[in-house]
Amino acid sequence: MTSVRDCVKDYISENFLMGLKDGALTDDASFLDLGIIDSTGVIELIAFLEERYGIRVEDAEMTPDNLDSLDAIEQFIARKTFRRASSMTA
Amino acid sequence: MEAAKELDKNALLALDYDREIEAIATRFKETVVRFRRRGAVVAVSGGVDSAVCCALAAHALGPQRVLALLLPERESSADSERLAMQVVDVLGVPYERKDITGALVALDCYERRDAAIRAVVPEYRDGWRNKLVITGGLSGQFNHFHIIVARPDGKRIERRLGLKEYLEIVAATNFKQRTRKNVEYHHADRLNYVVVGTPNRLEYDQGFFVKNGDGAADIKPIAHLYKTQVYGLARHMGLPREIVASIPTSDTYSLPQEQEDFYFALPYAQLDVALAYRDAGRSAAELAVALGVDQVAAARIYADIEAKRRTTRYLHEAPILMGGSETPCDTK
Repeated sequence: MTSVRDCVKDYISENFLMGLKDGALTDDASFLDLGIIDSTGVIELIAFLEERYGIRVEDAEMTPDNLDSLDAIEQFIARKTFRRASSMTA
Repeated sequence: MEAAKELDKNALLALDYDREIEAIATRFKETVVRFRRRGAVVAVSGGVDSAVCCALAAHALGPQRVLALLLPERESSADSERLAMQVVDVLGVPYERKDITGALVALDCYERRDAAIRAVVPEYRDGWRNKLVITGGLSGQFNHFHIIVARPDGKRIERRLGLKEYLEIVAATNFKQRTRKNVEYHHADRLNYVVVGTPNRLEYDQGFFVKNGDGAADIKPIAHLYKTQVYGLARHMGLPREIVASIPTSDTYSLPQEQEDFYFALPYAQLDVALAYRDAGRSAAELAVALGVDQVAAARIYADIEAKRRTTRYLHEAPILMGGSETPCDTK
C-alpha cells in the first residue's frame, strides 16, 4: 500500500508542479518555503486529503504544523484516522 | 514609552503633503505627455482612494482634462454614488454615469455567483445578501474563505468555502471590476486619455485588486502611499468630510463589508504600521510594542503579510514572453 507521504508527493508533483521535477521536495521541506503552495493550493490539498482519506479537516486544523510538509501531513492523517478508528470502536 | 512608540509610528508614516501633491502632479503630467494622451479617466467610487486620485488628476492636469466615471451596479451601496457625486461637485470635473447592471446580467455575473453560493448554502435564495470573509492568518492557520449569507429576517449563515465554490464566486464577482475597467478604457480611447488606477499601498502591496480589473491602469498615483497617508491627503486637499471620515469597504458584495473582514484581517491603521515596520526592517518584537499586541500575534501579522505577497505575486506579473526576452522590440 502506498504511504501517505508518497501519495501526497505524487499528488503535489502531478497537480502543482505539472510533472516538473523538484528535488527540493523532501519529506521535511516546507511547501511554503519552497513556494510550491499558496493559500489556494492549501484549500486544494485539503480537498484532496478529505476525499482520499475520508476525513474532515476543521478550520482550526488548517495550520502549517499539520499541512506544510510531507512529514507533517503523514502525521496529521495518522492522528485523524486513528481518532476516527478509536471513536468507531469506543 | 507610549510617547516614543507614537513618535516612531508617526515618523514612519509622516508625509509632507504639499510636497507630495506637487511631486505626484509633476510626475502625473509628465507621464500623460510621455504617453501622448490629453487627459485622464478616473472611476470615482465614493471611497477615499478614488476621491484623492481624482483630486490629484484635477490638480495635475486641470479639472477639464479629467473625466470622472460613476459606475454603479444593482448591489452597490446607495451611499457610494451620493459620495461620488460630492467628489465630482467639489472638484468641478466633468462626469458620466453608467449603470453596469445590464452588462453584468448579460455576463451571468450574479447567476454564476449565486449558483456557487447555493452549492455551499442550499437554502440561499434570490435577494438574500452575501459576502466573502477571509480568516485564519492571524490565528496561525492558513488563510481560507467563508461565505456569509443573510436571510431577509437578518439571520446569518456562515460556511467554509471549498476551492471550486471559492474560485467560482471570485471569478463571477471579478466581472464587476473588469466591466468597470472596460468602460473606463472605452472613454479613455474615445478621448485619448490615460486611465488612472486607484489602489493605495496596502492594496497594491497585498494584492487586493483584480488583475485586468481595478488592477489595470496607465497611472497609479497613490500606490506608494499608506492608507493613513491617503486619508491625510484627502483632508489636506479639502475633500468632503463624509469621505474623509468613511470606513473602507469593498462595495463588491451585497452585505456591508469592511475591507478588514474581507481581506486585510487588520484595521487599515494597524496594517499601515505593520507594513511600514516590515519594510523598515523592524522585528516582530518591535511591531508588538508598536501595536500593543504580544510577539506571537506580531509574528503572525508579518507572516500574513508575506503570505499575501506570495499568493498575489502573479497579479503583478506582466505576460511572460516565450522567446527568452522580456522586451520583444525597442520601445523607446
